[in-house]
Amino acid sequence: MDAPGSTPAALTLRKVTKRFDGASGRVTALDDISIDVREGEFLVLVGPSGCGKSTLLSLLAGLELPDEGQIRLAGAPVRGPGRDRLVMFQQDALFPWLNVLENVMFGLRLKPDLTDSERAESARYHLRLVGLGDKEKARPHELSGGMRQRVALARSLAPNPRVLLMDEPFSALDALTRDQLYGDLQEIFTKRRKTIVLVTHNIREAVCLGDRVVLLSPHPGRVREVFEIDLPRPRRINDPALAALAAKVTESLASHLKSGSAE
Amino acid sequence: MRLPRPVIPLLLAAALLGGWEWAVRSGRADELFFPSPLHVLEWAWQGLLSGELLSATWVTVRRLALGFLIGAVLGVPLGAFCARVRWINDSLGLVALGLQTLPSVCWVPLALLWFGPEESAVVFVVVMGTLWAVVVAVRESVLNVEPLYLRAAQTMGSGGAHLWTHVILPAALPGVVSGMKQGWAFAWRSLMAAEIFVVILSGFGLGSLLHAGRELLRMDQVMGVMGVIMLVGFLADLAFFSPVERWLRRSRGLER
Repeated sequence: MDAPGSTPAALTLRKVTKRFDGASGRVTALDDISIDVREGEFLVLVGPSGCGKSTLLSLLAGLELPDEGQIRLAGAPVRGPGRDRLVMFQQDALFPWLNVLENVMFGLRLKPDLTDSERAESARYHLRLVGLGDKEKARPHELSGGMRQRVALARSLAPNPRVLLMDEPFSALDALTRDQLYGDLQEIFTKRRKTIVLVTHNIREAVCLGDRVVLLSPHPGRVREVFEIDLPRPRRINDPALAALAAKVTESLASHLKSGSAE
Repeated sequence: MRLPRPVIPLLLAAALLGGWEWAVRSGRADELFFPSPLHVLEWAWQGLLSGELLSATWVTVRRLALGFLIGAVLGVPLGAFCARVRWINDSLGLVALGLQTLPSVCWVPLALLWFGPEESAVVFVVVMGTLWAVVVAVRESVLNVEPLYLRAAQTMGSGGAHLWTHVILPAALPGVVSGMKQGWAFAWRSLMAAEIFVVILSGFGLGSLLHAGRELLRMDQVMGVMGVIMLVGFLADLAFFSPVERWLRRSRGLER
């Protein structure tokens, strides 16, 4: 699956395969995955549990390495975790011993060639960007779940990574907070044009956020179909056109699951 | 109208001590076995005036502080190594688990043989009481650090020494502090046992004072020393461990 057009690829996956040793023998979590993520693209990997989407994100982050195939970031092979690919996790993973500003500064402090005042300035800018400019002295436990995920978003954006990886960051939030964050994330994405790879099991969320939606099916995890979503932004989760597209993706997933189990 | 909080415990204490004093004075309790609270206080006052009590307290607290400090300074890195390095855990970790169950007063005979009846022998016993408790507690708390913190930090470019100083140790800190508190309690017990058990020529501590009270059949002295021992432990907790633990819990949202 090659990216059409002339936009260069930020991340390329070539024939990536990952296996795990489980209780019932070897399990192929990901089988022969090839994807190109374009520069400045919002790509969503969607699929039911067991399709290996979180494993795929760990591979992109470099927290795990593929058994076969190769992952390249702007041409250079990915061999481990790195600042150029920051991750937002399902739980916010904020450090409870640091306040909000210090949490956002954590990644910035590890970045050389910056003065401390530049770091503080950047951290404050990103906290304002996620609407928490007045919370810099707060401790993580004093914030709501939605606010904590916003801080996590600011922390991932502040060191200016090439790619932002998001592992179901909205799944633990209530529906209202989630809808609000969809809006905020799209606004930030439109402003900053960051390359984003998001993993989710929520098809509506995928269609709402993604420029492209990659549908994965489980056992073993394979790419089934790719949908280009050309709805205008900002998109609202309750938009009927969006709902219609989501229904199409859901149908496609159902048919793949059926044919998959018939194999 | 509500009574201020200290009133009830103070009334209870007064009733208890008053009843005791009365029981001794009226001849219902034998002064030899149950010295009256006033006599204990009198002994404490005399001890303060003569300087005997303060100098014994100082000798004991100095031994305790020195032994505890050595034990903690050695124990924290050893516990951390146990948690992260397989072969250290398989060797030192097992030794620590075994020695932690050994009451450290068992070290007294060997300590006397190795160091002689000197200050270093008592301090060694205190170190043995602290060290293993701290090693085991630090190992546990480092192993229990949330793996998600490590993953998050690694993606942000942390690793090696930075990961240790900025993520693993801060995350493990509450466990490390309660391990130190436990080590302190062990150190205190082992020191008292050692001081009562053997005569150390280099200094006359609270335990020796208690022992002397026993030899002289001065139960007011024995009880007075017991009171001072409790007071020192209580003050250490009040002045150091409690505030640190409360600050840790509050700043991490475990208590308001």
